[in-house]
Amino acid sequence: MRHDLPQPSVDDIQALIDGQLHLEGPLLPILHAIQEEFGHVPEAAIPLVAESLNLTRAEVHGVMSFYHDFREVPAGRHVVRICRAEACQSMGANVLAEETLAKLGLEWHGTTANGAVTIEPVYCLGLCACAPAAMVDGRVVGRVDAAKMDEIIAEAGA
Amino acid sequence: MKIYVPMDSAAKALGADAVAEAIRDEAEARGITAQIVRNGTRGMVWLEPLVEVETPEGRMAWGPMTPADAHRLFDAAEDDPKALGLTEELEWMRRQTRLTFARCGVIDPLSLEEYEAHGGLKGLRRALAMKGEEIVDEVKYSGLRGRGGAGFPTGIKWDTVRLAHADRKYIVCNADEGDSGTFADRMIMEGDPFSLIEGMAIAGLATGATHGFVYLRSEYPDAIAVMNAAVKIARDAGVLGGDVLGSGRAFDMEIRVGAGAYVCGEETSLLNSLEGKRGVVRAKPPLPALEGAFGKPTVVNNVISLATVPVIFEHGAQYYADFGLGRSKGTIPVQIAGNVARGGLFETAFGMPLGELVDDIAGGTATGRPVKAVQIGGPLGAYFPRSKFDTPFGYEEFDGQGGLIGHAGLVVFDDSADMLGMARFAMEFCAVESCGKCTPCRIGAVRGVETIDRIARGDADAAGLLTDLCETMKDGSLCALGGFTPYPVMSALTHFPDDFATSKEAAE
Repeated sequence: MRHDLPQPSVDDIQALIDGQLHLEGPLLPILHAIQEEFGHVPEAAIPLVAESLNLTRAEVHGVMSFYHDFREVPAGRHVVRICRAEACQSMGANVLAEETLAKLGLEWHGTTANGAVTIEPVYCLGLCACAPAAMVDGRVVGRVDAAKMDEIIAEAGA
Repeated sequence: MKIYVPMDSAAKALGADAVAEAIRDEAEARGITAQIVRNGTRGMVWLEPLVEVETPEGRMAWGPMTPADAHRLFDAAEDDPKALGLTEELEWMRRQTRLTFARCGVIDPLSLEEYEAHGGLKGLRRALAMKGEEIVDEVKYSGLRGRGGAGFPTGIKWDTVRLAHADRKYIVCNADEGDSGTFADRMIMEGDPFSLIEGMAIAGLATGATHGFVYLRSEYPDAIAVMNAAVKIARDAGVLGGDVLGSGRAFDMEIRVGAGAYVCGEETSLLNSLEGKRGVVRAKPPLPALEGAFGKPTVVNNVISLATVPVIFEHGAQYYADFGLGRSKGTIPVQIAGNVARGGLFETAFGMPLGELVDDIAGGTATGRPVKAVQIGGPLGAYFPRSKFDTPFGYEEFDGQGGLIGHAGLVVFDDSADMLGMARFAMEFCAVESCGKCTPCRIGAVRGVETIDRIARGDADAAGLLTDLCETMKDGSLCALGGFTPYPVMSALTHFPDDFATSKEAAE
């Protein structure tokens, strides 16, 4: 569990919801806004979102769990996403991913014990002509080899 | 001194930001005033970061640049190995027909002034003087077909929406470019965002829609930032809003961010997602053109289809239709990716044979080993062996060879590729990304993985079962995810039987 992010209060969550209510189809923008603020969508947000949109809690949970992006618990301080799609595979992404996970002793979606890094799979970053690709938080990296990955992991503090 | 350093994600992924900084420092140290413009990419990803310096003769290209190379631009030694010559004279550039991507990499993506100076908004101004029916006819005459992969005639889709009666209509741009090997949508959104905005505005005028959405995948944070900035600039300049270019007509739009579901690239699933629901596929009919976003008539078009519309209105439908092959009119931005010596975006008229793209334009593999297979059209596209390299790039031509062009991405594999592994991955991907609505896809993909594992273990009967399963998925699935997953699987099994047999023998 991370403690360096602001702890959500009911008022904070409601303010984020209210900020999106003018949109048509506001549920995804609301979930994105909450996740951007808190690093995850806290359980406490579900009934508030449901109430605001006149949905059931099950419906909100159903939407949230459908999409890969939304987290119920916060990730590590840095998220390294390794592309697993075909173009990256053609340039050795499978070996890169396996070695990275083995080095850190993690499975996909796992977080290092010190909370520094979460490793996630991603299916295509649109960097298929400079494969294999990865994304460190919001920053894209192309032609990632073992040395470059070591650098990324070290920088992230794993 | 005017210097261009791309801000495209591919360039950034290869260090463009650090290069831009090093050039700024170097200029400062030399007391030179340098104006650094962050442009889109020219599409030559293997040369990125590709830096250009404006000279009286034209823009000179330098690449691939590293921060340590910054001094070269100022020393400009005659025999510098990183000096590539005039950008426009490079073979990759000369051999293209850049219509949709004409401005990409040339202008500052967020300068509306430069956009207009390079032909931008001419198409919209022309469309503003036309009736909806005339606009639709122009698109029909151009022969433009959906560039997302389905190849449906864009003008006919627009006409259906135009003729529908409703109090509101929508233009939805499908920017959920999830197919591996494709990045044309990302490139144009990052490099020439106003072309997409202009295309959507023209679609609005044609159909009577006054609001647009761009559904943009969350994996593209750079494109999201550029598109949001561009929409704001266009709105402030009166290109979008209640009075488009002073015409009294209204069209506005917003950017919506996806949440990591591949299936949302399917149009009905995308519409559900836009409405804030699970991205589950809808049965058709009703067509989205009649009951689309929020139950209203909706045009759903791919980024490239919409970004090509301004070109058609700037130069005329006939000009566009004169390019191409058979019923595949105009140009197609081919994205060359994977294990290639020269990867990037190459826009050309339909008709270039696959082999020419792979061997000649891309220069074969990056590893220098022989090309074994090329997957065309993303994770749902077929693997083509060398024996099919004479297939000309066109919708019907690829269909006739048991494949599809999809979003025109080519992923090249060298001879180390394990095609059984790739077939398994296709099924695994379908299982992970299936929306769960229809059984052939939801259950079929899981059984597909298991069946391929049986083949790998040497079970001789499993190949027939896999073929049977693929037929069921193809005919019985609601959308292209389950329906097209058999393309990569069956093409791998059919064209590379050795990869399936070898594992059998190994097991025995």
